[in-house]
Amino acid sequence: MLGYIIRRVLWIIPVLFVVSVITFGLMHSAPGGPWSREKKLPEATVAALNAKYGLDDPIPIQYLKWVGGLLHGDLGPSYKYLDRSVNDIVADGIGTTVQLGIQAFLLSVIIGIPLGVIAALRHNGIPDYLATLVSVLGICTPSFVAAILLLVIFSVWLKWLPTFGWDSPANWILPTVALALFPIAQIARYTRASMLEVTRKDYVRTAHSKGLREGSIVVVHMIRNALIPVVTILGPILAFLITGSFIIEFVFSIPGIGRYYVTSIGQRDYGVIMAMTMIFAVAIAVMNLIVDVLYAYIDPRIRYS
Amino acid sequence: MTLSDDRSRLGSPAVTELPEDVTIATEEGRRLAEQLADNRRHARKLLEVRNLSTQFFTRDGVVHAVDDVSFEVDYGETLGLVGESGCGKSVTALSLTRLVPNPPGKIVSGEIILDGINLLKLSSEEMRLLRGKKIGFIFQDPMTSLNPTLTIGYQIAESARMHLRLSRKDADERAVELLSKVGIPRSRDRMRDYPHQFSGGMRQRVMIAIALACDPMLLLADEPTTALDVTIQAQILELIRSLSEEFGTAVILITHDLGIAAGMCQRVNVMYAGRIVETGMVDDIFETPQMPYAWGLLDSLPRLDEQKGARLRTIEGLPPDLIDPADECRFSPRCTYARDVCRQKEPQLTDRVGERHAARCWGTEPGGWIQ
Repeated sequence: MLGYIIRRVLWIIPVLFVVSVITFGLMHSAPGGPWSREKKLPEATVAALNAKYGLDDPIPIQYLKWVGGLLHGDLGPSYKYLDRSVNDIVADGIGTTVQLGIQAFLLSVIIGIPLGVIAALRHNGIPDYLATLVSVLGICTPSFVAAILLLVIFSVWLKWLPTFGWDSPANWILPTVALALFPIAQIARYTRASMLEVTRKDYVRTAHSKGLREGSIVVVHMIRNALIPVVTILGPILAFLITGSFIIEFVFSIPGIGRYYVTSIGQRDYGVIMAMTMIFAVAIAVMNLIVDVLYAYIDPRIRYS
Repeated sequence: MTLSDDRSRLGSPAVTELPEDVTIATEEGRRLAEQLADNRRHARKLLEVRNLSTQFFTRDGVVHAVDDVSFEVDYGETLGLVGESGCGKSVTALSLTRLVPNPPGKIVSGEIILDGINLLKLSSEEMRLLRGKKIGFIFQDPMTSLNPTLTIGYQIAESARMHLRLSRKDADERAVELLSKVGIPRSRDRMRDYPHQFSGGMRQRVMIAIALACDPMLLLADEPTTALDVTIQAQILELIRSLSEEFGTAVILITHDLGIAAGMCQRVNVMYAGRIVETGMVDDIFETPQMPYAWGLLDSLPRLDEQKGARLRTIEGLPPDLIDPADECRFSPRCTYARDVCRQKEPQLTDRVGERHAARCWGTEPGGWIQ
C-alpha cells in the first residue's frame, strides 16, 4: 500500500508538467499582455518593462525560468499588483478559500448522503420526491442566483446574517450554504441511485433472510456498499470546493483566491494564472489519490500493490 | 424479553407452547413440556402450508406465481421441491419467509403454519424475529449472496448476536465452530477474510454456516448447488445432508435436478406452472410417477446407458403464461396424453397408490385412460 501511494505521488509530477506546459503555451499565445491598457503605453516603456521582467525572452526560456522559480518556492511577480509577489497573493487568500471549501464540503456530505439514503429507502414516496426536488433545484440554480437569493432572504429581509465580509462565523454561513447547494444535489443524486442499486443485491436479501433489524441492514449492509461509487465523485467535488469559487467570493466579498481565476486571465497576470492553475491541478491530483486509497479502505476487494 | 420466550409469545393460543430452555421446576411446567413433546411426536407437522397463493402485480397483469399450493413438512424431514424454471419453486420458498419482493409481489391468501405459528398472521417485526432463528435460507448464487464489504466471521456471528443475544466474543466462538463444522480449514484464521478470498464452493459452505447459525428448525435451500462445479455439488449436498441430520433440521430442497432430489429427499413435490402437480415419497415418484409432466422430467435426465450421440430428450413446448390461467390442466398443451376433458377442467390433486402419493391428472385417476 505504501509503495502504491509513493508511486501515485510520483506520478503527480509528470501530470503537473503537462498541465503547466499547456497552460503556459496557451497563456502566451493569447493576444495582448500584462501591459495592454486602453490608453496605450509608449513603446519604449513596454520594452523596458518586458526587459525588466524577462518577458522578451523566448517562451521556452521564460518557462524554464518559471519552473526554476517554482522549484525554489517562488511563484514570481504579479504584473498587476506590482508591489506584491504571487506568493503573497496566494498566501493571503488561500486560507480563507480552503476554509470556505471545507465547510461547504462537510455541509454537502452531511446533508447530501442522508438525503440520498432517505430518498432511496422511501423510493417513489413523498421523501423521495422532496429529495429529488431539492436535487433538481440545487443542480439547476446557478450559484450567483442562489447566493443573491440567500442574501435577499436572510440578510435584507430577515436581517439575521451579514451581507459580506469574512470576519466572524456569522459571515461564513451564507457563502458556505450557497457554495454547498450544487454538491449537495450531486451527492444526493449519486447516493440515491447507488442505494437503489444496492437494495436489489442478493446479499441484501441474505441479510433480510437472517432476520436482522431494518436499521442494521441499511447501515451495515447497504450504505457501505452504496458509498463506493459516491466516494468517486467526492474527490473532485472537494478539489473544486477548496480551490475557490469566483462567483461566491465575489458576491459575498470574501478575501479568498477564487476571484483570481477570472481576473488574472483578463489582466494577463501570467504569474497568477500559472499559480492558480497549478493549485487546481495539485488539488485534483491529490484528491483523486485520496479517493483511490479510500476505495481500498471501503472495499476489501481492492488491495493495491 | 429474551429470545427464548418468543415462541410462547408468538404461538397461537390454541397450541400450548413452552420455551425449550425453560427450567422445568413446577408440576405444571413438566406437564406442559410433556404436552409439547407429545404434540411433536404425534399430530403436528413442522410446517403446514395451506392454499398458499402468491401473485405478482405487473404492468401486463397479475401473475399467479404460486397458485393454491398446500403441503407439509415433518420434523427433520427433507422435502424436495422440483420443477423447471419459473414454476414457482423459489417464490414458494420466499413466501415461507415472507421475503417476496413487495411491490410487485404479494402473498394474497393461505396459511403458513410453522411449528404451530401462523406466519401470515404475525406482524412484520415478529416475522423478522423468526427469520434466521427458526428458518435458515441458503440461496442459489454464493458469489453474490454474501456481502463483499464484511468479513465472513462478522456475517456468520451477526445472526447469532441478533437472535441468540450472544456477546460479540461468544458469537465469534460460535462462528468459528460453525466454520469448522461446514468444513473450512483453519476456521479461526479465516474469520477475518472477506468473501472474495473464498472459492464458490467455500462461499456456499459459509452460506450454510450462516443459515445454521441459530440452529433453525427449517432450512430452505434454493438451488444450493446450481451455481457450482459438479465436483463441488456433491460435497455441498453431502454437507447439507449430514448437518441437517446432526442438527435435526428439516430441509426444503429446491432444485430442477431430479437426480439431486432422488439422492437427498424423503419426499418430493413436483411443481408446474404455480401448482403442485404430483407429491409423494421419493421412491413412488421415481418408480410409479402419476403425472405425464413428472415422466417428462424423468425422461429428460441423461442416462449412462444412452447410445453415444443420441439427442437429449426434452419436453416439447413452454410452460403456460401465468397471467389469468385458464381452467384446464396447465400441462395439457404440452401433454401427449391429453384428451378433451384435460382442456375443459383442471384436475384436483387426488390420492394415488402409495404413501402420501397424490397427483393432479385426469388420465391417471381411477378409471383414467393412462395406465
